[in-house]
Amino acid sequence: MAVTNIVLAGLGGQGVVTASDLLSTAAFSTGLQVKKSEVHGMSQRGGSVTSDVRFGEQVFSPMVPDGEADFLLVFEPSQVEINRHWLRPGGMLITPDDIPEGSLRNRKSLNVALLGALSVQLDFDEATWMQAIRTRLPEKIHAINEQAFAIGRGAGERLGRKTQTEGV
Amino acid sequence: MATNQRLLLSGNEAVALAALHAGTHLGTGYPGTPSTEILEALDQLGGRAQWAPNEKVALEVALGVSLARGRSLVTMKHVGVNVAADPLFTAAYMDLVGGLVLISADDPGMASSQNEQDNRHYARAAGVPMLEPADAQEAYDFTRTAFELSERWGIPVILRMTTRICHARTQVRPGPTRPGALQPGFQRDIPGRVMIPAHARPAHRKLRDKLAQIARWNDAEGPNRVYDGDRRLGIIASGVSVMHAREAAPEARVLSLGLTWPLPMETLRRFVGEVDRCVVIEEGDHLVYEALRADGLAVEGKPEMYRFGELNVPRVRRILAGDTSPEAAPPAGKPPELCKGCSHREVFEVLGRLKYIVAGDIGCYTLGVLPPFEAMDTCVDMGAAIGVGLGLRHTLPPEEARRVVSVIGDSTFVHSGLTGIAEMVYNPPPTGHVVLIVDNDTTAMTGRQEHPGTGRALNHAPTQKMDLAQVCRAMGVKNVQVVDPQKPEDDFEGVLRDLMGRDELSVLIARRPCVLAAPMIRRYEQAAREGATGSAQAPTP
Repeated sequence: MAVTNIVLAGLGGQGVVTASDLLSTAAFSTGLQVKKSEVHGMSQRGGSVTSDVRFGEQVFSPMVPDGEADFLLVFEPSQVEINRHWLRPGGMLITPDDIPEGSLRNRKSLNVALLGALSVQLDFDEATWMQAIRTRLPEKIHAINEQAFAIGRGAGERLGRKTQTEGV
Repeated sequence: MATNQRLLLSGNEAVALAALHAGTHLGTGYPGTPSTEILEALDQLGGRAQWAPNEKVALEVALGVSLARGRSLVTMKHVGVNVAADPLFTAAYMDLVGGLVLISADDPGMASSQNEQDNRHYARAAGVPMLEPADAQEAYDFTRTAFELSERWGIPVILRMTTRICHARTQVRPGPTRPGALQPGFQRDIPGRVMIPAHARPAHRKLRDKLAQIARWNDAEGPNRVYDGDRRLGIIASGVSVMHAREAAPEARVLSLGLTWPLPMETLRRFVGEVDRCVVIEEGDHLVYEALRADGLAVEGKPEMYRFGELNVPRVRRILAGDTSPEAAPPAGKPPELCKGCSHREVFEVLGRLKYIVAGDIGCYTLGVLPPFEAMDTCVDMGAAIGVGLGLRHTLPPEEARRVVSVIGDSTFVHSGLTGIAEMVYNPPPTGHVVLIVDNDTTAMTGRQEHPGTGRALNHAPTQKMDLAQVCRAMGVKNVQVVDPQKPEDDFEGVLRDLMGRDELSVLIARRPCVLAAPMIRRYEQAAREGATGSAQAPTP
């Protein structure tokens, strides 16, 4: 099984790292080997943030090589172009444009909605994702994030699943 | 924690868990990216963890723990080891008792640091063993090994991590908790602990003997491993570079070095002899390459361009291919900036508009150098604002000297600003000087850690608060004023201009809690008030 490479990108404060924690927790709970890494520090002050998540049977480097991302989730439109170089040819870009305007009760849960859109492309069942949300997030925001995930998943289903011939 | 449980941990969490399982009595350190989360995790896991005012003090406290037959973990970022270097070099001569493990968290590529020094040099310079994990599992395992080596040879051991170990989550299967905790107690050992020249001379010889023994152990049973592969290409690597190399050249035979000082020379000679071509893949300086070349081994290093920044899989591919063509610069992201509502904004707006010469320091407020403020002229190391500001005042013509102000944060001030104040009152410049302490009641940049000036311990429980204004007065500063830069009635600008015009020594404290920390600080204070109504007022360390 090939390694799946996902890059999440946005600005400090948008929940990029939280989203990559949820994604890596979900992947890890299915028994896969997972590595994820990001850079903390200065980037927390509203600057650009990226987080790399990789999973498969065996993963070596914790960093997604440039041009090898299967999926790129971008949380903020201004960050799309500067991060596009991560995607491999035929890789899939997911952005806030994929989540219907006004569908989220709280814009802060955009990160989880984007994971919902991504989830359509991955082989983890919905219970795995819900478990990750419940393990990683405080209880008082479980409901709103589960809802955001469902909205994102619905949007992702309308985008359609990339087929194996496209290499995902 | 059950043995063999499968966990997804960051390298920092793995170190904390290992320290707990190793029976660590005390974890201490100073916050610094990428090391900060280790002590916070140790506290969360139920271990005893505390912030020291700086890394030097932290290492000295840990040394005391060791001599009391306790185990200690000391954490810091790479530049923190510079501050702790003084005790480190002499601690290496001493006969320690309880295990002492120093975590050096290096920042190649400088995601959040003022330099990208390679702290592998410290192991050689101080003569202490160094372990370098390649992922969180090794961070766990090597922390355990580090405690064992430290106790076996009575020597401090450095575990060197980098950003991609500290802040990368990978699978960890923890080992068993160490049985038989050490029983603290004191036994006098004057020649082994009192480093006067008469004791230090034989102690240095003893240290070299210990290192020779550790080198033999490293060859015989050290945590180094060979990943089998095609003998046409051999790669020698350590730390995260092992992972990049195994991905970049899956066909290669790879020697992963775990204990990188003292090097396992027999193992290395054998490995080099087994392969047709041997390349050393190391992030940062060319340490292993130079050691092997000095030994007469025909290994290849990396072109100079790869000394700079982090390595990754594409860069390792380029090194192996001998590719020195220019690398594409990554697209510039959005730079960080001071938060909306942060009171540093008011401060730097004024400093910029008044065109002061600003000797700056390390913290969130270093962002005052970026647009729209561009109000900082120097940034060197923790506490440098005061010394550099004084040097400028001493040397510039009076009219220019009067524009010089030193700007330093509260945590940085406690870390290394006090000796700067001592210098200022001892050797005052003819035009006087003004030190501006931007006090936001937290160590903001690293993620809002406590320090002695906040009056809260690492776990946010109340403890004695160090009053910065009183300290400055007691040290002999004539004018000490405290203002809130966001309160118009406090007139921050007016007070600053007044002090700058006096030719006297002044400390102006611009005090307002960090906007991100303020809600948490209110909760801690509330909890403290509720706690204080009960019987227990003492902090739980």
